[in-house]
Amino acid sequence: MILELASVSRRFGGLHAVRDVSFALAPGEVVGLIGPNGAGKTTIVNLVTGVHPVSAGRISFEGRRVDGLRSHRIARLGVARTFQVVQPFPDMSVLDNVAAGALFAGGAEGLAAARRRALEHLEFVGLAGRAEAPAAALTLAGRKRLELAKSLAMNPRLLLLDEVNAGLNPTEIDEALRLIQALAARGITILLIEHLMKVVIGLCSRVIVLHHGELIADGPPAAVVQDPAVVEAYLGSRFARGAP
Amino acid sequence: MSESRLRGPGVTAALLAVTAAALLAIPLAGSNYVIRLATVMAMYAVLALSWNFIGGMAGYPSFATAAFFGLGAYTSGILQARGVPMLAAWPAAALVAALFAAALGLVLLRLRGHYFAIASLVVAEVLRELTNSWTALTGGGMGLNLPILRIGVTRQAQLYYAAMVGLALLTLAAAVLVRRGRLGFGLRTIQQNEAAAAMVGLDTTRAKTAAFTLSATFVGAAGGIYASWVNYIDPADVYDVLLSVKPIVMALLGGVGTVLGPLLGAVVFLALEELVWRRFLYIHAGLLGLIIVALIYFLPRGLLAVRRRAAAA
Repeated sequence: MILELASVSRRFGGLHAVRDVSFALAPGEVVGLIGPNGAGKTTIVNLVTGVHPVSAGRISFEGRRVDGLRSHRIARLGVARTFQVVQPFPDMSVLDNVAAGALFAGGAEGLAAARRRALEHLEFVGLAGRAEAPAAALTLAGRKRLELAKSLAMNPRLLLLDEVNAGLNPTEIDEALRLIQALAARGITILLIEHLMKVVIGLCSRVIVLHHGELIADGPPAAVVQDPAVVEAYLGSRFARGAP
Repeated sequence: MSESRLRGPGVTAALLAVTAAALLAIPLAGSNYVIRLATVMAMYAVLALSWNFIGGMAGYPSFATAAFFGLGAYTSGILQARGVPMLAAWPAAALVAALFAAALGLVLLRLRGHYFAIASLVVAEVLRELTNSWTALTGGGMGLNLPILRIGVTRQAQLYYAAMVGLALLTLAAAVLVRRGRLGFGLRTIQQNEAAAAMVGLDTTRAKTAAFTLSATFVGAAGGIYASWVNYIDPADVYDVLLSVKPIVMALLGGVGTVLGPLLGAVVFLALEELVWRRFLYIHAGLLGLIIVALIYFLPRGLLAVRRRAAAA
């Protein structure tokens, strides 16, 4: 198992954002993480990447315990993430945004090497033409792709994608899907937070469902969307009763 | 854009040549007044370039410059008063300020924005009070006398000028190296978005502490040289809050975060300070303030941006 969560909980004051969640990802898997707003999906990403400490439980990456490590240490071990709300370095060039990933986590030998590598990743996501532009000048779709290139530059073995498709139009979503498929083909393990069931079903071999911070289902997409508890929590009970 | 890139190195090289010639001519041909002024200018350059490591490159608005300056001055003063030679006392001043900043940074750099600014402002006040109270070591409010060198007045002026200019060049070299290297790149990502910087694997605490320590090292040395230069220091003089504020104004004037901006700002600031002070003795502080406000208001990215704008047009 590349990533293992064992009885992980996280409280914010009296609120249980994540409660006793356990799951594991096998190397190379593409797993969807779905659930209604406020279910604790982004909190899971923040726990795995060390943004928040866990309140209870343990998280292991490649057999090594990572809960309690600081974010940059976890990043250097090979865990990259994208943010739901994109987080570029706005005044730095697109190229340098990506070079930062290569330099600090990707093991590049110095800035020049990092920039060379960054350019390859920009070509991969189709942003090479904008390499010299400041990151703030990109469109939303461009900034999402930049996030992806930045994560790739870190040479991750596990990639946590937090709603990379939110706010994109259908054409842009198709393009993003192709990119994620290409990443999976490279053997990168992917945990995908996504609201669009089309994307989840198209990409994922397995889906994990959170509701009120608890894991309520874990299985193949076809089985999970039929699960009464999932339908109740995620699609709405009226829809479930009315469905043929 | 490409035009400015072609022009950039040429202009810089010419400026460097002129500056080098001026730096050599001043101590040989200048009056003691001019040498003194040039020494102050070099000191200002050290302070502004140093502040830029943490305030400009990392974006942490530090008001701790006076604390490092005073600490350096008193380290140098106390050591020299006890018979340690000047040339050993100056590096010691830098070292003490650096160690102090490294320890302080681990605590202070957890704060951000205004909280960091206020906390850093208090540091000099605390050190000033400590210096005032610890009379046995520091002489307290009475101040501290340093041994006077047995050489002529002009020789002394030349010596301290050379020391301060040397230190300024050292600070500039460090700024260039940092700006071009891994640390400068990391500091820039912190200045842009600290959470994202940690997420791409940068140890932000270490980078910030390194910047803070660098900014203290050269300021501490400047304080050390200053103490020898003026022969007498007291807490109100070397922990003066203006020593924290002026470098920020200089960096803003020249261009925050750039290498040459703070240097240019220091030169312009001193020129303004001196001109205004001579012509308007009674209202110079107010007038200087107005000029600075106007300059920063109309040139928010500093004087260096003017050249870039001209090149782009």
